[in-house]
Amino acid sequence: MSSNLKKRKFIASAFKITCMSMTWICVLLLAVMLYHVTIEGLPWLSWQFLDNFPSRFPAKAGIKSALWGTVWLISFSAFFSIPLGVAAAIYLEEYAKPGRLSTLIEINIANLAGVPSIVYGILGLAIFVRGLALGRSVLAGSLTLSLLVLPVIIISSREAIRAVPTSLRQAAFALGATRWQTIRHHVLPTALPGILTGFILALSRAMGETAPLVMLGALTYVAFTPEGPMDAFTALPIQIFNWASRPQEEFHQLAAAGIIVLLAVLIIMNGSAILIRHRSLRDKKW
Amino acid sequence: MLEDDLKKNWRKQWREECVKIVLLLCALISVAATIGIIFVLVKESFAFFIQVSPWEFLFGTNWSPLLMPRSFGVLPLVCGTFLVVAGASLIAIPVGLTAAIYLSEYASPRARNIVKPVLEVLAGIPTVVYGYFALTFISPILQFLFPSAQVFNAASAAIVVGIMILPMVASLCDDSLRAVPDSLRQGAYAVGATSFEVSTRIVVPGALSGIMASFVLALSRAIGETMAVTLAAGATPKLTLNPLESIQTMTAYIVQVSLGDTPAGTLEYQTIFAVGLLLFAITLGSNLIAHQVLGKYREVYQ
Repeated sequence: MSSNLKKRKFIASAFKITCMSMTWICVLLLAVMLYHVTIEGLPWLSWQFLDNFPSRFPAKAGIKSALWGTVWLISFSAFFSIPLGVAAAIYLEEYAKPGRLSTLIEINIANLAGVPSIVYGILGLAIFVRGLALGRSVLAGSLTLSLLVLPVIIISSREAIRAVPTSLRQAAFALGATRWQTIRHHVLPTALPGILTGFILALSRAMGETAPLVMLGALTYVAFTPEGPMDAFTALPIQIFNWASRPQEEFHQLAAAGIIVLLAVLIIMNGSAILIRHRSLRDKKW
Repeated sequence: MLEDDLKKNWRKQWREECVKIVLLLCALISVAATIGIIFVLVKESFAFFIQVSPWEFLFGTNWSPLLMPRSFGVLPLVCGTFLVVAGASLIAIPVGLTAAIYLSEYASPRARNIVKPVLEVLAGIPTVVYGYFALTFISPILQFLFPSAQVFNAASAAIVVGIMILPMVASLCDDSLRAVPDSLRQGAYAVGATSFEVSTRIVVPGALSGIMASFVLALSRAIGETMAVTLAAGATPKLTLNPLESIQTMTAYIVQVSLGDTPAGTLEYQTIFAVGLLLFAITLGSNLIAHQVLGKYREVYQ
């Protein structure tokens, strides 16, 4: 064996080991982050923490208002963004003919998906909070979040609708169904698991968003749970940001406890998305 | 009878048309959102640029819009943003690309099944969590290693933003590496190339435009990243290249102003729109570049 070949083989195996260790560094990073958060936050996690309002005294502080604020925000965002997103996806997949208008809409959605979330916050501040005079309400917050996740929902719903085989549509047309009847009775039910997975992922994105809500002015002391769409609110990530930006060590640990709650909710949501995807793949008939 | 049928048919068609129009209107809402963003940013920035010349804004080297004497040179904020982005890409690009090479060229299906979900989880973690991590974990380590480092510093923000965009680089690169046809690899192996030579001379060049596009998309995401840099990088707009100092990015400035109760119509209020417009223009530009590059790449293997 020539020394040249030995050298090349050595480089190849060194390269493989480098690539492998870089990959496992990613896994390690996740483990370190989770470990750090758990160690810091777990001692503060208690029933009281979930059931108390925020307070200047770390021992008494809790996330009740933040948790309920997040529930309100996400429910309203789902209410606005899901019908709009699915309708847009149906139009683009089932009705739109190739042409200027559909190209415009498609380029636009691709670009909207890349707009930084804080820019949506600026939009929400100028239009919903000030322009429509909704103030710093749940409604203004959820409208902003709806616009933010709309591209995500449209893109994932389109993929789900596109995966429905054309033969299904042709069979319905052959029996005399109109386009809308075909979509309502056949395309949508078949695409439902994919669409649902997209919803859950989009809403879990909305749940972690902080910047747009901070822009709306949601970072205030809120010691009540919202009772209607016009009430002021706080949300889990905002409460975490608030605590993390204080200098005291105790508040950092409270932030870690809040992060554990937020991550737990996100893991449950993503887990159910994976479950739905898995089951629909298993039950696929074509 | 026939008349009845025609009437029914007409009704049916009318309903179909209605449905179509309603769906189209929903699709147009996304266009309205873009128009809304541009309208709001341009309108308020216009009011700002009447009082401050665009030249002074773009090329001024001192940013102190809240304190007298006021000065509106945005360069320190842009510099802060790019310091963070450069540091983040120093981490995300090499690690992300080599991880992608491992995933597409070497990894067993079992390793893929572990690493892929981990990347998805990393990508799904809210940015405020990364900010917390930078502040309470990375900054203390940096201060231990470099005693001159400040509590808030560009380096810890850059590291954490790098970790944040890492999964994006890795999965997008993995996708484009896997799109390179296997026949190319087999051809190279058949003439005696080692796995290193196949990866670096055949697969990576073959997927180069996809890889480049993924870099640009990830960098654009890093430019727009807000909460992590707000928490970790500080609030001192400064024209510096020293990563251990406290700086301020464009996004962090916007957050800082919105935290205070700034009345609408004042010059301070308008600055967030001017900075926002600049941010929007930069990210939009880089996203368009990425899509251009990707569009070219799609033609290669068809």
